[in-house]
Amino acid sequence: MLNNILIASLVILSLALFGCLYRLIKGPSMNDRIMALDTIGIILLSMIAVLSMLFRTEAYFDIILLIGILTFIGSTALARYIERGDVIERSNDE
Amino acid sequence: MNEVTMSEIGELIIGLFVLFGALLSAISAFGLIRLPDVYLRSHAATKSSTLGVLIILLSAFLYFMFYVDHVSAKLLLGIIFVFITAPVAGHLNGRAAYRSGVPLWEKSTLDDLGPALKKAQKNSKRQDMN
Repeated sequence: MLNNILIASLVILSLALFGCLYRLIKGPSMNDRIMALDTIGIILLSMIAVLSMLFRTEAYFDIILLIGILTFIGSTALARYIERGDVIERSNDE
Repeated sequence: MNEVTMSEIGELIIGLFVLFGALLSAISAFGLIRLPDVYLRSHAATKSSTLGVLIILLSAFLYFMFYVDHVSAKLLLGIIFVFITAPVAGHLNGRAAYRSGVPLWEKSTLDDLGPALKKAQKNSKRQDMN
């Protein structure tokens, strides 16, 4: 019973992934693409949580943390790069 | 033989929670496709997908607590981290979009940030003169 529900929700999540992929390819501005990448990371994270429930292992929880951190750092760095043309600010005084 | 045990009801409730979170993620992807503007799309990309992933992670935490007897601090840490950082990333992205000049939707009627930003720039220029 639970396995069927988990597989159905995996199918729904992968459909959502395809929707984000459309916005990632088509998106008119660069910020659309950053937003789609952020959403893809979050959906991947929930897919891994569902997979770990399906296989009944605790081995994938590290990957959940890792993908969360990498998604946040990636989208923050890209947004800063688009806003200022620079990821890490250097001091400009002499 | 036919009686429904307590653990089956719990499994059903957890499965419904997971299904609800997946549907919220699907709604967020739908909004990401259909909405007309970066600033409108950021609503769909930030709020509902965050709620969906929070519900799925919480139900995974409950499942592993009740059925595998494993209380995982990593999963709680992931929940807190996603809950804090996903709105921050959305805010930074919207700010970068406005400052780099991505146009608004042509039917949107109110733009409060434009005059405020101009005034702030004028003030900073005056301070530089002094």
